[in-house]
Amino acid sequence: MKELFYIFVLIIIISCSKDDTSVPQYVPTPLALEIPTLFEQKILSPVIPFNNPQTVEGVALGKKLFFDPILSADNTQSCASCHAPENAFTDTSQFSDGIDGVFGNRNSMPIFNLAWNYDEKFFWDGRVFSLEDQALQPVENPIEMHNTWQQAVSDLQEHSEYPNLFQLAFGTATISSELVTKAVAQFERTLISGNSKFDKYLLGTATLTPQELNGFNVFMDETKGDCFHCHGSDNNPLWTDNIFHNNGLDAVFADLGLGEVTGDPADNGKFKSPSLRNLAFTAPYMHDGRFSTLDEVINHYSEGLQNSPTIDPLMKKVAEGGVGITTQEKADLKAFLLTLSDYEFVSNPDFQN
Amino acid sequence: MKKLVAIIVLIIVVLSSCVEEDIPGLQNTNVSLNFKHNWDGANVSSTDFNTIQYFNENNDELSIEKLRYLISDVTFHKANGETIVIEGYNLVDVANNESLSYVTPVQIPIGTYTNVSFTFGFDNDDNTDGFYADLNSASWNVPMMLGGGYHFMQLEGKFINNVATEQGYQYHAIRAVDNADPMNLVFQDTFFTVNLGEVIVHNNSSVDVNMNISEWFKNPHLWDLNNFNSMLMPNFNAQVQMYDNGQDAFSLGSVN
Repeated sequence: MKELFYIFVLIIIISCSKDDTSVPQYVPTPLALEIPTLFEQKILSPVIPFNNPQTVEGVALGKKLFFDPILSADNTQSCASCHAPENAFTDTSQFSDGIDGVFGNRNSMPIFNLAWNYDEKFFWDGRVFSLEDQALQPVENPIEMHNTWQQAVSDLQEHSEYPNLFQLAFGTATISSELVTKAVAQFERTLISGNSKFDKYLLGTATLTPQELNGFNVFMDETKGDCFHCHGSDNNPLWTDNIFHNNGLDAVFADLGLGEVTGDPADNGKFKSPSLRNLAFTAPYMHDGRFSTLDEVINHYSEGLQNSPTIDPLMKKVAEGGVGITTQEKADLKAFLLTLSDYEFVSNPDFQN
Repeated sequence: MKKLVAIIVLIIVVLSSCVEEDIPGLQNTNVSLNFKHNWDGANVSSTDFNTIQYFNENNDELSIEKLRYLISDVTFHKANGETIVIEGYNLVDVANNESLSYVTPVQIPIGTYTNVSFTFGFDNDDNTDGFYADLNSASWNVPMMLGGGYHFMQLEGKFINNVATEQGYQYHAIRAVDNADPMNLVFQDTFFTVNLGEVIVHNNSSVDVNMNISEWFKNPHLWDLNNFNSMLMPNFNAQVQMYDNGQDAFSLGSVN
């Protein structure tokens, strides 16, 4: 009978144990994103791929890669060359030049709150799915870093520090483009901006001026600015819908935007709505950086709309050029928009080289 | 031999005890509501968007570029008067296939129901400003200056106006509000109950819910897009007319 009892215990232990791994595996240190209170309260959780969890070592490696010109063919440009911390990770040029001095035709996009891009379509035209795959492109783009991934990986592999850093971040010293972009994406996901004056106002720790409050009302009023349908609200702290719209910039398109990607003429002239956070640091504006100032942007929506077959129905009074707000309302709207800028974000030491 | 039998029995008992999944009951089932759309009988999907091809009752020629709407509190009514209310909601987006099917988050008994109903939009208890993270993330909110809460529907597109020019329209339905005095908003409820009628629920039943989009422009108010095309959220009369016209927009389709 004793034998039977021991067999019974043995069977229970064997049959109910789920994991019999006996060799300890290296696991980098998990790192939770620091999610702003309003984001926690108001919107869905950030998107973090199951195969690229945030880790202390991965973020540190991603940050080093982001600021290191080693990824470019002649070792002169890093990601930060066009995505500078002081400019909310964009730059001040209309178009950015690559290592060969050739300029692109799109304005460098700011980088923050990308983990909340739920559809995971990146670039102005949404041509890439996932932040990891986004990071693949600039390295080989001939008008950007103009490198090959084979060369970039080879340079990293021969570097005195990187193999060990990859070992720490991913448990292997064998570097690949996949691991490089995973690390960069991990760092980019930490670039969270959620501490503007308006955030503090919503949390009850700051006060807005009467002009800023008036500007918020212009923003939210469907008969005035009507900005909220595409650009978030006090209930959507991303200040973008991350969707593609034709906002009436041109009657004829020099750049098809989303239409070039989908091949659908109904998408021609559509570009992603940018976040309105950090406008104090991100001029010039629009996908082609055509507007140097916020005043020009506001004037565009007020009087400058150009009609075209794909203009978004949300662009109102197109025949009259736009919503036609007053000079005072424009000034108020501008004052409000600037309350969305996050000065702590652009000076955060964790995000500097 | 006795020991061997005992061990086999024990193995069976132990293995059975470690099975984690429950076998679902045969008497209860999830029900899938499938939202389908047509224009006076012609199917409408996102592939039909962006082309000016529909005529409303007022003979305005129009396109659809976006159609999203909110339904909530699906309710199953029994013959004895009892009801099973499925607390929850679904934001239907015709451009997003996943949203076109709403599986009840709880199971209901298989059987015959004299009526299946749902709320178009949110009733006032559910229409809490900023409360739903997924709806906030979808920018589905209504500004607080109009009472807050959420949109009920966004139907957008272009139409040929009375000077033969393409013009955008935004047929946005919310709770009607008179904001003539911003300090004293006056509301009128515009959510409504859609009654689909009798449904026999089988195991994993699939219930088609049809929306005839043209109804929103038809009855009882003849909708002239030249008059009502834009900035309709703060337009009390337009909201009440949407409410009236929406009453006949939904119907029960096939049940499987």
